[in-house]
Amino acid sequence: MSNLFPISVTVNGVLYQKEVEPRLLLSDFLRHTLGLTGTHVGCEHGVCGVCTILFDDKPARSCIMFAVQANGHKIMTVEGLSNDMEHLHPLQEAFSEKHALQCGFCTPGFLMTLIPFLKENPDPTEEQIREAISGNLCRCTGYQNIIEAVKLAASKLQASKATVAN
Amino acid sequence: MTTSYVGKSVKRLEDARLLTGQALFVDDVHLPNMLEVAFLRSSYAHARIRKVDTSAALKRKGVVAIYTAKDLGEYWQPGPLLVSPPPIKRLTFHARTQVALAKDKVRYVGEPIVAVVAENRYIAEDALNDIVVDFEPLPAVVDLEKALLPNTALIHEDLPSNLAAHVIQEKGNYFSIKDKADVIIKRDLSYDHGAAVAMENRAIVADWNAREQQMTVWDTTQAPIPIMNGLAKMLGLSETQVRVIAPFLGGAFGPKVMMFYSEEMLIPWISKKIGRPVKWIEDRQENFLATTHERGQTHHAEMALSKEGKILGIHDVFLHDTGAYDPYGLTVPINSQCTLLGPYHVPNYYSEFSVIFTNKMIVTPYRGAGRPQGVFVMERLLDLAAKQLHLTPAEIRSRNFILPEQFPYKNEIIYQDFAPLVYDSGNYAPSMEKAIELIDYKKFVEEEQPKLRAEGRSVGIGVVSYVEGTGIGPYEGAKVTVGATGKVSVATGVGTQGQSHFTTFAQIVADVLKVDIHDVTLVTGDTFKMNWGCGTFASRGMVVAGNACYAAAMSVREKILKLASEVLESPIENLELAESKVSVKGMPEKKITLGELAVKANPLRGAVKPGTVPGLEATAYFGPATGATSNGVHAAILEVNPKTLRVDILKYVVVHDCGKIVNPMVVEGQIHGGVAQGIGNAYYEQIVYDKKGQLLTASLMDYLLPTSYDVPRKIITGHVETPSPLNPLGVKGTGEAGTIPTASLFVQALENALDNPKLEIREIPMSPNRLFELMKEAL
Repeated sequence: MSNLFPISVTVNGVLYQKEVEPRLLLSDFLRHTLGLTGTHVGCEHGVCGVCTILFDDKPARSCIMFAVQANGHKIMTVEGLSNDMEHLHPLQEAFSEKHALQCGFCTPGFLMTLIPFLKENPDPTEEQIREAISGNLCRCTGYQNIIEAVKLAASKLQASKATVAN
Repeated sequence: MTTSYVGKSVKRLEDARLLTGQALFVDDVHLPNMLEVAFLRSSYAHARIRKVDTSAALKRKGVVAIYTAKDLGEYWQPGPLLVSPPPIKRLTFHARTQVALAKDKVRYVGEPIVAVVAENRYIAEDALNDIVVDFEPLPAVVDLEKALLPNTALIHEDLPSNLAAHVIQEKGNYFSIKDKADVIIKRDLSYDHGAAVAMENRAIVADWNAREQQMTVWDTTQAPIPIMNGLAKMLGLSETQVRVIAPFLGGAFGPKVMMFYSEEMLIPWISKKIGRPVKWIEDRQENFLATTHERGQTHHAEMALSKEGKILGIHDVFLHDTGAYDPYGLTVPINSQCTLLGPYHVPNYYSEFSVIFTNKMIVTPYRGAGRPQGVFVMERLLDLAAKQLHLTPAEIRSRNFILPEQFPYKNEIIYQDFAPLVYDSGNYAPSMEKAIELIDYKKFVEEEQPKLRAEGRSVGIGVVSYVEGTGIGPYEGAKVTVGATGKVSVATGVGTQGQSHFTTFAQIVADVLKVDIHDVTLVTGDTFKMNWGCGTFASRGMVVAGNACYAAAMSVREKILKLASEVLESPIENLELAESKVSVKGMPEKKITLGELAVKANPLRGAVKPGTVPGLEATAYFGPATGATSNGVHAAILEVNPKTLRVDILKYVVVHDCGKIVNPMVVEGQIHGGVAQGIGNAYYEQIVYDKKGQLLTASLMDYLLPTSYDVPRKIITGHVETPSPLNPLGVKGTGEAGTIPTASLFVQALENALDNPKLEIREIPMSPNRLFELMKEAL
């Protein structure tokens, strides 16, 4: 299988130029070719949402896309959110404060689903949150604390916006 | 600032690593020169293997090696029996354990037959298609009730039947009271297979270093130390040559404590054989096929009661499906047998079970581990008795609770930990009272429900109770070290799969050593840091490893005070340990920090006194004589849409007693997750094999996990604290409390909502489809 295709992908603001097999999954490209292992893989059939990334700012499942489809596109993974453990993104902070993660395996997928959601819905209702995360499976938390964390993140983000505006 | 941490909702120390994607999971281990493995698995549930032809696959570019059972030589042997049967008098047990690769026969769909090793997984999977296996299909044994009939195909042909085990345990004499009973409730009840479905599939990376003669294995196991010991034995290495690391695990819930999985036996062997690092990552389909399942029982049960609703005795005969092999011994059915008794005084009990081999994936503990099945039997029988006697579910339960003065309460049968089943402590009535109050039972039944029914809405209420045997032995260890910076490291043998050990164990140690919790670093699941211990299972982490951490920290504290007393020339009783330093009471300037003491405890010159153990370090072990018994009551109000049978859980209450609580936030998290799994088990999840033993639910589109829409709108928790006398911290386990009674509660509330006296639910899972059928029958 030596038919390799050159691709250029911007991941977390860094431009990568690589040659890949056409069948290489985007999730494998991110994890193994680029070493960005924060994106996890849970089912490889697009159901669980664990592998969710931002593809041109929209949530997408990296396990059911090929790396070549990302050619010329912009991707953000959990590492792009904040990889500074001392200075977490407000959404990450809210997850910790509300105990919205236990094993943490599904968490990057939830975070990447919620980033655009909170941009579009800065003051979401509980029903909106429930719907937003209904495509992400979590086996540890029972979702209750995730919902609480999203509410808290929304208020944190609004407060920081207000601070900037002032 | 040093504060007291135990008992507080301390934010988790492991979160930042997990939230930034920096926590290491097994699949994140990517070594240079690493090979990957894919398995050819059986497509038949039961068949003889006539021939395996791998010649074409071997020619494929990028394929490095291919192994069948025959290629394993002497390494091919049945895996170890993980749990031997407990010392029960009337017991028969036939151990038949799984093998690394099927040789002459396959016994379940998904059983590995060939391992293909290639430069990457893509090539390895390509090569699977080049392999030809000549199967001779045999009749599949799927139906539990028919597996013992004469002329049924034998799964293990050296045995006279498909019976794997038979056990009778008895307390009192059921037959002596049966005739005196006012009410006899007799039913057949069943509980079908489910699966744990952790979000992370299983994974193994093995790296044999020939120069150092050292094997390193990263494994998604709940029991890294037993894996280390077992691998050393199998590979003919000393234990010190094998390092097993269970890094962060993406959930486990039981099946990851099974050992040895075929892949676990093989991947290290292949790495040693080829001399390169080797990785195998399970995909989701393999996870459904070849990671162990649970549940799977049919009970023929009978309860005898007085007219006041007092239980006189229970008679239960059940079948337990162990799947194709039984490496986990009798843990699951014994848990069912024992936990059936619940928080109730049952003077007479006859329990008999048969464990059956079937052509399905092996059954080993999954969250609840047999307990939900037992609780389902007890709670259903009580529900039916309550209806007949015109009692409320709460009344019949309260009338049968073991009283506080009856503890320690002896059940007179043997538990899964080989010890007599004794409840160490408990106070059950307050849990029930609190739950009834939190769910507002009276108001719902008297005011709300009649109104809702008048509006045509089907809203029902339920209440159930249960016990959870937790914190069993044999033992765990912990090593606590204060370093020259004054920071504390703690190593414990139990692995971590989301239980918050990095925080809760640190809370305990920080409190003993009076240091800031952020100065306590934990290592879990690395056999080079701690090589004695057992594993994370059976809700025992906090009870057993938590108490080991406490004991080790207490020893270090003693060393600190002894050394400080010499250095500060002041008797120990005049010293004060606080804020990472020791000072003389009333003379705050006379002080020494823990870091300075650590340096003094490890001198470079001069002589030490005989018997000196260097460093501010101690290792301690804790082994409880028997398990600590938690208990609780769950109550719920749910609404059924009578047309679609969609269920919305409007209110869910859990009142739980797990003894002393180390971190309430973590305990509540465990309960939330457990309840969600229980609801999945009750209404959404089911492992379905067809008549030929083909698995029909091998994807997340067929096996439905609860989503954010399916869980309760809000779980309200209440706590009762009855400390366990069996350990210094007074703790009891809590990991399975959320799951154990949930299905029983769900069906009680469902019946109450649908308000049809002819509708009686006698099985779990109760899917919307199945409920629709039952409702039609009850018209």
